[in-house]
Amino acid sequence: MSKFGGSNNKKEVPAMTSSSLSDIVFMLLFFFMVTTQMRETENKVMVKIPEASEVVKLERKDLNSYINIGTPIKSLQAMYGTEARIQLNDSFKTTDDIRDFVAAERESKSEQDRQFMTVSIRADQDVRMGIITDVKQELRRCSALKIMYSARKGGQ
Amino acid sequence: MGKKKVPAMNTSSTADIAFLLLCYFLMTTTMGSQTGLSRRLPPMPDKNQKVEDQKVNRRNIIQVKINSADRIFAGSEPIDVSQLKDKIKEFLTNPADDPNLPEKELQEIEGYGECYVSKGIISLQNDRGTSYQAYIAVQNELVKAVNELRDDFSRKNYGGKTFARLTEDEQAIVKKAVPQFISEAEPKDVGRRR
Repeated sequence: MSKFGGSNNKKEVPAMTSSSLSDIVFMLLFFFMVTTQMRETENKVMVKIPEASEVVKLERKDLNSYINIGTPIKSLQAMYGTEARIQLNDSFKTTDDIRDFVAAERESKSEQDRQFMTVSIRADQDVRMGIITDVKQELRRCSALKIMYSARKGGQ
Repeated sequence: MGKKKVPAMNTSSTADIAFLLLCYFLMTTTMGSQTGLSRRLPPMPDKNQKVEDQKVNRRNIIQVKINSADRIFAGSEPIDVSQLKDKIKEFLTNPADDPNLPEKELQEIEGYGECYVSKGIISLQNDRGTSYQAYIAVQNELVKAVNELRDDFSRKNYGGKTFARLTEDEQAIVKKAVPQFISEAEPKDVGRRR
Protein backbone atom coordinates (compact mmCIF):
# COMPACT_ATOMS: atom_id res chain seq x y z
CA MET A 1 0.00 0.00 0.00
CA SER A 2 1.70 3.03 -1.15
CA LYS A 3 1.41 6.24 0.74
CA PHE A 4 0.63 8.24 -2.34
CA GLY A 5 -1.76 5.75 -3.66
CA GLY A 6 -0.13 5.29 -6.97
CA SER A 7 -1.48 2.67 -9.23
CA ASN A 8 1.81 0.82 -9.56
CA ASN A 9 3.82 0.13 -6.51
CA LYS A 10 7.15 -0.23 -8.23
CA LYS A 11 9.57 2.44 -7.05
CA GLU A 12 11.11 4.23 -9.99
CA VAL A 13 14.32 6.19 -9.78
CA PRO A 14 13.74 9.41 -11.71
CA ALA A 15 16.07 10.00 -14.60
CA MET A 16 18.87 12.34 -13.79
CA THR A 17 18.36 15.69 -15.38
CA SER A 18 21.25 16.39 -17.66
CA SER A 19 20.06 19.85 -18.62
CA SER A 20 22.57 21.52 -16.34
CA LEU A 21 25.41 19.54 -17.85
CA SER A 22 25.41 21.71 -20.92
CA ASP A 23 25.54 24.82 -18.74
CA ILE A 24 28.60 23.51 -16.98
CA VAL A 25 30.31 22.71 -20.24
CA PHE A 26 29.42 26.13 -21.60
CA MET A 27 30.97 27.70 -18.56
CA LEU A 28 34.16 25.75 -19.21
CA LEU A 29 34.01 26.84 -22.81
CA PHE A 30 33.74 30.50 -21.88
CA PHE A 31 36.58 30.13 -19.43
CA PHE A 32 38.85 28.83 -22.14
CA MET A 33 37.68 31.38 -24.66
CA VAL A 34 38.54 34.20 -22.31
CA THR A 35 41.86 32.97 -20.98
CA THR A 36 43.40 31.71 -24.17
CA GLN A 37 44.37 33.38 -27.34
CA MET A 38 44.29 32.19 -30.91
CA ARG A 39 47.37 30.59 -32.21
CA GLU A 40 48.31 32.62 -35.21
CA THR A 41 51.26 30.79 -36.57
CA GLU A 42 52.41 27.25 -36.73
CA ASN A 43 55.71 26.75 -35.04
CA LYS A 44 58.32 25.56 -37.44
CA VAL A 45 61.22 25.78 -35.06
CA MET A 46 61.70 24.10 -31.75
CA VAL A 47 61.86 26.70 -29.05
CA LYS A 48 62.60 25.91 -25.46
CA ILE A 49 62.46 29.27 -23.77
CA PRO A 50 65.12 29.89 -21.12
CA GLU A 51 64.21 30.45 -17.52
CA ALA A 52 64.58 33.68 -15.62
CA SER A 53 63.35 34.84 -12.26
CA GLU A 54 62.87 38.55 -12.91
CA VAL A 55 60.43 38.34 -15.78
CA VAL A 56 57.75 40.92 -16.34
CA LYS A 57 54.44 40.41 -18.02
CA LEU A 58 53.74 41.80 -21.40
CA GLU A 59 51.15 44.56 -21.15
CA ARG A 60 49.70 44.60 -24.61
CA LYS A 61 49.64 41.33 -26.44
CA ASP A 62 48.15 42.83 -29.57
CA LEU A 63 51.13 45.15 -30.04
CA ASN A 64 53.54 42.30 -30.08
CA SER A 65 55.26 40.64 -32.96
CA TYR A 66 57.23 37.50 -32.62
CA ILE A 67 60.53 36.39 -34.00
CA ASN A 68 61.16 32.72 -33.40
CA ILE A 69 64.68 31.42 -33.48
CA GLY A 70 65.64 27.82 -33.09
CA THR A 71 66.37 24.57 -34.85
CA PRO A 72 63.72 23.39 -37.32
CA ILE A 73 61.25 20.82 -36.04
CA LYS A 74 61.97 17.15 -36.67
CA SER A 75 59.82 16.77 -39.75
CA LEU A 76 61.49 19.72 -41.45
CA GLN A 77 65.05 18.87 -40.54
CA ALA A 78 65.51 16.78 -43.65
CA MET A 79 64.78 19.84 -45.74
CA TYR A 80 66.32 22.62 -43.73
CA GLY A 81 69.00 20.94 -41.66
CA THR A 82 69.58 21.36 -37.96
CA GLU A 83 71.16 24.79 -38.05
CA ALA A 84 69.28 27.42 -36.07
CA ARG A 85 66.87 29.36 -38.26
CA ILE A 86 64.73 32.44 -37.97
CA GLN A 87 61.01 32.04 -38.37
CA LEU A 88 58.88 35.04 -39.20
CA ASN A 89 55.15 34.46 -39.50
CA ASP A 90 54.94 31.10 -41.18
CA SER A 91 58.19 30.55 -42.97
CA PHE A 92 61.91 30.46 -42.55
CA LYS A 93 63.55 33.76 -43.26
CA THR A 94 66.95 35.34 -43.10
CA THR A 95 67.97 38.48 -41.28
CA ASP A 96 67.46 40.50 -44.47
CA ASP A 97 63.73 39.82 -44.35
CA ILE A 98 63.34 41.32 -40.88
CA ARG A 99 63.14 44.80 -42.36
CA ASP A 100 60.07 43.91 -44.41
CA PHE A 101 58.59 42.00 -41.52
CA VAL A 102 58.93 44.93 -39.13
CA ALA A 103 57.52 47.31 -41.73
CA ALA A 104 54.52 45.05 -42.29
CA GLU A 105 53.93 44.62 -38.58
CA ARG A 106 54.14 48.34 -38.01
CA GLU A 107 51.67 48.92 -40.81
CA SER A 108 49.16 46.57 -39.21
CA LYS A 109 49.05 48.49 -35.93
CA SER A 110 47.00 51.60 -35.45
CA GLU A 111 48.77 54.91 -35.75
CA GLN A 112 48.93 55.90 -32.10
CA ASP A 113 50.01 52.45 -31.01
CA ARG A 114 52.96 52.16 -33.33
CA GLN A 115 55.43 53.62 -30.90
CA PHE A 116 54.56 50.96 -28.36
CA MET A 117 55.19 48.09 -30.69
CA THR A 118 57.29 45.43 -29.08
CA VAL A 119 59.26 42.76 -30.83
CA SER A 120 59.42 39.61 -28.82
CA ILE A 121 62.43 37.43 -29.45
CA ARG A 122 61.53 33.87 -28.71
CA ALA A 123 64.76 32.01 -28.99
CA ASP A 124 65.73 28.54 -27.98
CA GLN A 125 68.02 28.37 -25.01
CA ASP A 126 70.75 26.55 -26.93
CA VAL A 127 70.89 29.05 -29.76
CA ARG A 128 74.20 30.89 -30.12
CA MET A 129 74.20 34.62 -29.60
CA GLY A 130 75.59 35.30 -33.07
CA ILE A 131 72.25 34.93 -34.78
CA ILE A 132 70.51 36.94 -32.07
CA THR A 133 73.06 39.72 -32.36
CA ASP A 134 72.38 39.85 -36.08
CA VAL A 135 68.66 40.08 -35.42
CA LYS A 136 69.19 42.81 -32.85
CA GLN A 137 71.38 44.82 -35.21
CA GLU A 138 68.76 44.51 -37.92
CA LEU A 139 66.04 45.63 -35.51
CA ARG A 140 68.11 48.64 -34.56
CA ARG A 141 68.49 49.46 -38.20
CA CYS A 142 64.72 49.49 -38.68
CA SER A 143 64.40 51.36 -35.39
CA ALA A 144 62.22 48.79 -33.70
CA LEU A 145 63.90 49.43 -30.41
CA LYS A 146 61.47 48.00 -27.92
CA ILE A 147 62.31 44.36 -27.59
CA MET A 148 61.58 41.61 -25.18
CA TYR A 149 63.56 38.48 -24.54
CA SER A 150 60.97 35.82 -23.91
CA ALA A 151 61.64 33.88 -20.77
CA ARG A 152 59.75 31.58 -18.52
CA LYS A 153 59.23 32.36 -14.90
CA GLY A 154 61.32 29.94 -12.98
CA GLY A 155 62.42 29.80 -9.40
CA GLN A 156 66.09 30.07 -8.79
CA MET B 1 -10.60 18.07 -21.04
CA GLY B 2 -6.91 17.29 -21.13
CA LYS B 3 -4.70 20.07 -22.41
CA LYS B 4 -2.30 18.89 -25.02
CA LYS B 5 1.14 18.90 -23.56
CA VAL B 6 4.07 19.84 -25.72
CA PRO B 7 6.76 17.28 -25.03
CA ALA B 8 9.91 18.72 -23.51
CA MET B 9 12.70 19.18 -25.94
CA ASN B 10 15.41 16.64 -25.61
CA THR B 11 18.40 18.65 -24.41
CA SER B 12 20.84 15.86 -23.85
CA SER B 13 22.72 16.66 -27.05
CA THR B 14 23.46 20.29 -26.14
CA ALA B 15 26.16 19.07 -23.82
CA ASP B 16 27.77 17.19 -26.68
CA ILE B 17 27.63 20.21 -28.91
CA ALA B 18 29.19 22.35 -26.21
CA PHE B 19 31.89 19.75 -25.71
CA LEU B 20 32.72 19.84 -29.38
CA LEU B 21 33.05 23.60 -29.24
CA LEU B 22 35.20 23.31 -26.16
CA CYS B 23 37.50 20.84 -27.86
CA TYR B 24 37.79 23.12 -30.86
CA PHE B 25 38.91 26.02 -28.68
CA LEU B 26 41.26 23.85 -26.72
CA MET B 27 42.99 22.82 -29.91
CA THR B 28 43.26 26.16 -31.63
CA THR B 29 44.20 28.49 -28.82
CA THR B 30 47.22 28.84 -26.64
CA MET B 31 47.20 29.35 -22.98
CA GLY B 32 49.42 31.44 -20.87
CA SER B 33 50.71 34.92 -20.86
CA GLN B 34 53.87 36.10 -22.46
CA THR B 35 56.59 36.92 -20.02
CA GLY B 36 60.11 38.04 -20.58
CA LEU B 37 62.81 40.59 -20.00
CA SER B 38 62.03 43.94 -21.52
CA ARG B 39 64.84 45.94 -23.06
CA ARG B 40 65.32 49.03 -25.13
CA LEU B 41 67.92 48.89 -27.84
CA PRO B 42 70.05 51.96 -28.46
CA PRO B 43 69.27 53.67 -31.75
CA MET B 44 71.62 53.02 -34.63
CA PRO B 45 74.26 55.73 -34.87
CA ASP B 46 73.78 58.00 -37.82
CA LYS B 47 76.13 57.35 -40.69
CA ASN B 48 76.83 61.01 -41.38
CA GLN B 49 77.39 61.74 -37.79
CA LYS B 50 80.92 61.30 -36.66
CA VAL B 51 81.20 58.48 -34.24
CA GLU B 52 82.35 60.03 -31.07
CA ASP B 53 82.90 57.98 -28.03
CA GLN B 54 80.86 59.18 -25.20
CA LYS B 55 83.29 60.20 -22.58
CA VAL B 56 82.41 58.19 -19.58
CA ASN B 57 84.62 58.15 -16.61
CA ARG B 58 86.32 54.81 -16.32
CA ARG B 59 85.20 54.31 -12.79
CA ASN B 60 81.57 54.68 -13.79
CA ILE B 61 81.47 51.73 -16.09
CA ILE B 62 81.61 48.04 -15.43
CA GLN B 63 82.10 45.68 -18.30
CA VAL B 64 80.38 42.37 -18.09
CA LYS B 65 81.63 40.04 -20.76
CA ILE B 66 80.49 36.59 -21.65
CA ASN B 67 82.82 34.62 -23.83
CA SER B 68 82.05 31.77 -26.17
CA ALA B 69 82.51 29.19 -23.42
CA ASP B 70 79.85 31.00 -21.36
CA ARG B 71 82.42 32.24 -18.87
CA ILE B 72 81.63 35.55 -17.31
CA PHE B 73 84.05 38.36 -16.68
CA ALA B 74 83.00 41.32 -14.60
CA GLY B 75 85.50 44.13 -14.81
CA SER B 76 88.53 42.06 -15.59
CA GLU B 77 88.31 39.07 -13.32
CA PRO B 78 86.29 35.94 -14.00
CA ILE B 79 83.21 35.56 -11.86
CA ASP B 80 80.43 33.06 -11.31
CA VAL B 81 76.82 33.86 -12.18
CA SER B 82 75.83 33.47 -8.54
CA GLN B 83 78.24 36.19 -7.46
CA LEU B 84 77.42 38.57 -10.24
CA LYS B 85 74.38 40.05 -8.53
CA ASP B 86 76.32 41.06 -5.41
CA LYS B 87 79.12 42.44 -7.50
CA ILE B 88 76.69 44.62 -9.43
CA LYS B 89 74.95 45.73 -6.27
CA GLU B 90 78.26 46.72 -4.75
CA PHE B 91 79.16 48.51 -7.94
CA LEU B 92 75.93 50.49 -8.03
CA THR B 93 75.73 51.39 -4.36
CA ASN B 94 79.41 52.00 -3.69
CA PRO B 95 78.86 51.91 0.07
CA ALA B 96 82.40 52.85 1.09
CA ASP B 97 82.89 55.64 -1.46
CA ASP B 98 85.68 53.73 -3.09
CA PRO B 99 87.39 55.91 -5.71
CA ASN B 100 87.40 52.96 -8.12
CA LEU B 101 83.64 52.53 -7.98
CA PRO B 102 81.18 54.91 -9.64
CA GLU B 103 80.65 58.39 -8.33
CA LYS B 104 77.35 59.53 -6.96
CA GLU B 105 75.61 62.67 -7.92
CA LEU B 106 73.27 64.72 -5.81
CA GLN B 107 70.09 64.99 -7.81
CA GLU B 108 66.85 66.77 -7.21
CA ILE B 109 64.01 64.35 -7.75
CA GLU B 110 60.57 65.81 -8.08
CA GLY B 111 58.30 64.69 -5.29
CA TYR B 112 61.09 63.27 -3.21
CA GLY B 113 63.85 65.77 -2.69
CA GLU B 114 67.55 65.46 -2.98
CA CYS B 115 69.10 62.10 -3.30
CA TYR B 116 72.42 60.58 -4.24
CA VAL B 117 72.11 58.81 -7.55
CA SER B 118 74.79 56.48 -8.78
CA LYS B 119 76.25 57.20 -12.20
CA GLY B 120 77.22 53.61 -12.79
CA ILE B 121 76.63 52.02 -16.15
CA ILE B 122 76.68 48.32 -16.80
CA SER B 123 78.01 47.43 -20.19
CA LEU B 124 77.18 43.98 -21.40
CA GLN B 125 79.23 42.35 -24.08
CA ASN B 126 78.84 38.95 -25.55
CA ASP B 127 80.51 36.77 -28.08
CA ARG B 128 78.86 35.30 -31.14
CA GLY B 129 79.36 31.87 -29.65
CA THR B 130 77.72 32.61 -26.32
CA SER B 131 74.68 30.50 -25.67
CA TYR B 132 71.38 32.29 -25.32
CA GLN B 133 70.72 30.65 -22.00
CA ALA B 134 73.87 32.08 -20.44
CA TYR B 135 73.07 35.48 -21.89
CA ILE B 136 69.58 35.48 -20.39
CA ALA B 137 70.95 34.26 -17.08
CA VAL B 138 73.32 37.22 -16.95
CA GLN B 139 70.63 39.67 -18.03
CA ASN B 140 68.45 38.24 -15.33
CA GLU B 141 71.11 38.74 -12.67
CA LEU B 142 71.60 42.34 -13.72
CA VAL B 143 67.89 43.06 -13.52
CA LYS B 144 67.72 41.26 -10.21
CA ALA B 145 70.47 43.43 -8.76
CA VAL B 146 68.66 46.61 -9.80
CA ASN B 147 65.32 45.29 -8.58
CA GLU B 148 66.75 44.46 -5.18
CA LEU B 149 68.26 47.90 -4.87
CA ARG B 150 64.91 49.42 -5.75
CA ASP B 151 63.25 47.24 -3.15
CA ASP B 152 65.76 48.39 -0.55
CA PHE B 153 65.18 52.00 -1.45
CA SER B 154 61.40 51.64 -1.28
CA ARG B 155 61.55 49.82 2.03
CA LYS B 156 63.67 52.54 3.53
CA ASN B 157 61.61 55.43 2.29
CA TYR B 158 58.07 54.17 2.04
CA GLY B 159 57.51 52.35 5.28
CA GLY B 160 58.64 48.84 4.49
CA LYS B 161 56.73 48.46 1.25
CA THR B 162 58.39 46.67 -1.61
CA PHE B 163 58.76 48.32 -4.98
CA ALA B 164 55.94 46.33 -6.53
CA ARG B 165 53.45 47.57 -3.96
CA LEU B 166 54.12 51.27 -4.39
CA THR B 167 51.86 53.53 -6.38
CA GLU B 168 52.81 54.49 -9.89
CA ASP B 169 54.13 57.91 -8.93
CA GLU B 170 56.25 56.47 -6.16
CA GLN B 171 57.60 53.85 -8.53
CA ALA B 172 58.62 56.58 -10.94
CA ILE B 173 60.54 58.31 -8.15
CA VAL B 174 62.29 55.11 -7.15
CA LYS B 175 63.15 54.44 -10.76
CA LYS B 176 64.82 57.82 -10.94
CA ALA B 177 66.69 57.25 -7.71
CA VAL B 178 67.90 53.81 -8.76
CA PRO B 179 68.22 53.93 -12.52
CA GLN B 180 68.83 50.89 -14.64
CA PHE B 181 71.55 51.62 -17.11
CA ILE B 182 72.34 48.47 -18.96
CA SER B 183 74.00 49.10 -22.25
CA GLU B 184 74.35 46.36 -24.76
CA ALA B 185 77.52 47.28 -26.49
CA GLU B 186 78.12 47.07 -30.19
CA PRO B 187 78.83 43.47 -31.03
CA LYS B 188 82.43 42.48 -30.97
CA ASP B 189 84.13 39.19 -31.15
CA VAL B 190 85.27 38.98 -27.61
CA GLY B 191 86.44 35.43 -27.84
CA ARG B 192 88.64 35.65 -30.85
CA ARG B 193 90.93 38.29 -29.51
CA ARG B 194 91.69 36.44 -26.39
